[in-house]
Amino acid sequence: MRKVAVVGAGLTKFMRRAQETGKELSFEAARAALDNAGMQLKDIDCVVMGTAPDAFDGVHMKGEYLSDGSGAWGRPYLRGYVGGGTGVFAPIQGWYHIASGMFDTCLVVCEEKMSGCKPHPQGAFLTIFDHTTERPLYPNLLWIFALEMNRYMTTHGITKREIAHVAVKNKKNAMDHPSAQLPMEITVEDVMNSEVMAWPVNRLDVSPTSDGAAAVILASEEKAKKITDKPIWIQGVGWNLDTSYWTNRDLYYPEYVERAARMAYKMAGVKEPRKEIHIAEPYDPFDYKELHHMEGLLLCGKGEAARLAVDGVTARDGDLPVCPSGGLLGVGNPIAAAGLMKISELFWQLRGEAGKRQVPGQPKRGVAQAWGDLMQVGTVVVMGVD
Amino acid sequence: MDRRVAVIGIGTTGFRAASPEVSYREMIYEAAVKAYSDAGLAPDQIGSFIACSEDISEGTSIFDEYCPDQIGGARRPVHSVSGDGLHGIITAAMNIQTGLFETALVECHSKVSNCIDPVEIMNYALDPIYNRPLGEHPEFIAGLEMRRYLYESKAQPKDCAAVVQKNRAHALKNPWAAYPANLELEEIQDSPATFDPLREIDRAHHADGASVVILASADWVKKNRVKNPVWVKGMGWISEDPGLEMRPWGRSIATQKAAKMAYKQAGIRSPRSEIDFAEVDDTYSYKELQHLEDLWFFPLGGAAKAVRSGLTRSDGKFPVNVSGGCLGMGNAAEASGLQRVLEIVTQLRGEAGVRQLKRVRQAVAQSWRGIPTTSCAVAVLSKGVNS
Amino acid sequence: MNGLETTRKETKLKKKGSVPQANVPSGPLLKRKMAFEGTPLSGKDFEQGKVLFTTYKPKLAYAWDTGRAIGRYLQGLKEGRLLGVRCRHCDRTVIPPRAFCERCFRPIEEWVQLQDRGVINTFSISYVRWDAVRLEKPTLPAVIDIEGTSPRVGILHLLGEVDPKQIKVGMKVKAVWKAASERIGAITDIQYFKPE
Repeated sequence: MRKVAVVGAGLTKFMRRAQETGKELSFEAARAALDNAGMQLKDIDCVVMGTAPDAFDGVHMKGEYLSDGSGAWGRPYLRGYVGGGTGVFAPIQGWYHIASGMFDTCLVVCEEKMSGCKPHPQGAFLTIFDHTTERPLYPNLLWIFALEMNRYMTTHGITKREIAHVAVKNKKNAMDHPSAQLPMEITVEDVMNSEVMAWPVNRLDVSPTSDGAAAVILASEEKAKKITDKPIWIQGVGWNLDTSYWTNRDLYYPEYVERAARMAYKMAGVKEPRKEIHIAEPYDPFDYKELHHMEGLLLCGKGEAARLAVDGVTARDGDLPVCPSGGLLGVGNPIAAAGLMKISELFWQLRGEAGKRQVPGQPKRGVAQAWGDLMQVGTVVVMGVD
Repeated sequence: MDRRVAVIGIGTTGFRAASPEVSYREMIYEAAVKAYSDAGLAPDQIGSFIACSEDISEGTSIFDEYCPDQIGGARRPVHSVSGDGLHGIITAAMNIQTGLFETALVECHSKVSNCIDPVEIMNYALDPIYNRPLGEHPEFIAGLEMRRYLYESKAQPKDCAAVVQKNRAHALKNPWAAYPANLELEEIQDSPATFDPLREIDRAHHADGASVVILASADWVKKNRVKNPVWVKGMGWISEDPGLEMRPWGRSIATQKAAKMAYKQAGIRSPRSEIDFAEVDDTYSYKELQHLEDLWFFPLGGAAKAVRSGLTRSDGKFPVNVSGGCLGMGNAAEASGLQRVLEIVTQLRGEAGVRQLKRVRQAVAQSWRGIPTTSCAVAVLSKGVNS
Repeated sequence: MNGLETTRKETKLKKKGSVPQANVPSGPLLKRKMAFEGTPLSGKDFEQGKVLFTTYKPKLAYAWDTGRAIGRYLQGLKEGRLLGVRCRHCDRTVIPPRAFCERCFRPIEEWVQLQDRGVINTFSISYVRWDAVRLEKPTLPAVIDIEGTSPRVGILHLLGEVDPKQIKVGMKVKAVWKAASERIGAITDIQYFKPE
């Protein structure tokens, strides 16, 4: 199989409401990634765009709308789409553009501008539910997380207090991230005492809505070695979409994440994830989700992740650093861009260029994962130094 | 590694004006079952599943949630592409070419009859700051394009009328078509102008329908002795300027570039002599003429002459849209592009019945994503590996 | 060095006709913050007219075809009955009904009338409306495993006539229907589920 590497990454700052348009945010992220790789747009063979619902930007076919901002003008351009999983799927899409042998370089851009949606971006999520059997109940997006979190807690006997450690850790990690929207030093008590939104979900259990963009540049082996002496290789990719009948599944465990992870690990030749993965960036739009996804990624047994968070194993200097970037809880959640931010983080961490966020011990391999749809999709990328 | 990819199965519900008796799930299921049956495969033999859709057309955000079940993709690698059916074919082919999958499935559908106001959906695709506040019916863009195209090519509105006449007549022989008709040139020319020179009848009517295509690697085809593979020999896709301010109005530059890309891969030097027939986008009548020229089949102005002389009729030397195209079959959103592939596969296999073309070996499919986009895709499909 | 900073090599453009030499430092190395700071706005910036903006309310409307399976499900609800389907091949009874089985991909032909009761699989106490407006009195969404279906098969609905503090996973609940004259063939023909 043709080898593909990440050779550059770039981010905008993530913020609640940016004056910049989606096109402008895309441009800034793309330019930052090109600068990071020491490349110019003319060096790019094709462009992939990742962006979540059109309802946020208020534009039908928003991939088309964003094409010039992301450098796609006059190029082969595709927008892939797996809901919240898009941010980690977009580099997979970039991977197959190059691994197919069609192209040598690909610019992957992810953008989300949620703030334009009125009265609140949450309103756009009403339309993700089944139009006939669910939407008449006026579901809020928070519901499905609350329902899943409750099921997860009840099944394993995990407490809200244990889960809150994730929010504390990630928001603190984000204090070292220049793009971060919600960096802060808080305590477990703060999380427990924050406003109840949809029990068991409190305000500080949740990532914010954000505007922002991220970009990475992928290259074939031959090209990558010319562009940089520190390419970070995409060793494995996996994705999996479960049935849309989400109320017909037990939400306590993300089987689709496990299937996606197994696909990626198989390709990467990873047999014992807990030993062979040195950094993890699982998707953390809610604090319990990080734990849920660590289990799906086979980094620990079912129901064991909370213990690791409480014991500090997942701290940046712990035995298994999880979300050293600060994750979505700390850096922010411009949906697709947040997933690609995780890929960027692995890129910088594995190159040893993460500055204050650098995980000790010269990590050799990491995994990034995103989740999306109706508790339904897992997207997984394994990256490494060789 | 043999990187060639072939179409090994197709299925479609056919197109019709409305489909109230089935949900989108049930409609797509029918197309998928037909495709699996045609390919002689079961869902667990598919490696990667690709669904093409756009949220606003469905009335559901993050529509990819609802894609897996009806194509047999639950708990499998499924992803959506916000692209036309041809973009789906290209995606599937790339997936297979990585070596990670031996087979892939592409699904497209349209339930546009469920949209109360499709014009508003088109309008919602316009730039929200620069263009949409003008408050115009978005199809004015087609009127502007058509005028500029006629000016540059010196084609006449009656040549566009001849495209309408030809494609709707072609549809008479296609049981999958929603809008077959025997029309006189005069009555087409008398159709009221909407965005002059565009007439009401120059525009393809909306249609519902679902189509599914299954592709496989060359190794798989060989191993399983597939008897009638249709090879994807070349693929190209390009997006030009999405805004209205800087685009060249008379030509489809994206089609020109995408065609060059596809021809290069397929080793085609002289498209007109190496291609036997074409299925191209004709969402608006002038688009067929424009696209044929931008596919390098004719010089500027040559497509009008071709339609006038009957060259592009099903009994002509270079048949175009023998399926009926979008004008004859109906505009079924993403499924329109996939339908171009289905028709070519059907013809190359010799299974087209009363509309079967004789001695055809290689064809071109082309699609456009509609107003206001400039995104086009091109594929060269071939019966023989080396033809 | 921070991962979000990069060194950007400045390339001097020579006179017209000459080719700029990529990757050859021909000027001073420039340190440039890679994180694009952007222009954060607050609600006040809009209220005080500090920024110009344009608004648009889409006039999008849909009338979705329910098809055979969901059409019959809605008809059942109108009649005060909860219908499911059974896949013989998978030996699995599910709700909401579907025309084909997503697991074995075969058509489903067998209909089953289910009890209008079940067990709470999971629930939430939600103080936020769908559009993020804060609620005084919480809504009580739940996934309810319906009696007579296969394990872990439920529907999304609401709970009522219950003190939120008393709700437990595993609690038995029963549907409270609207009056027959008020039922229209919608999921809301069931008002909510209440403890048995």
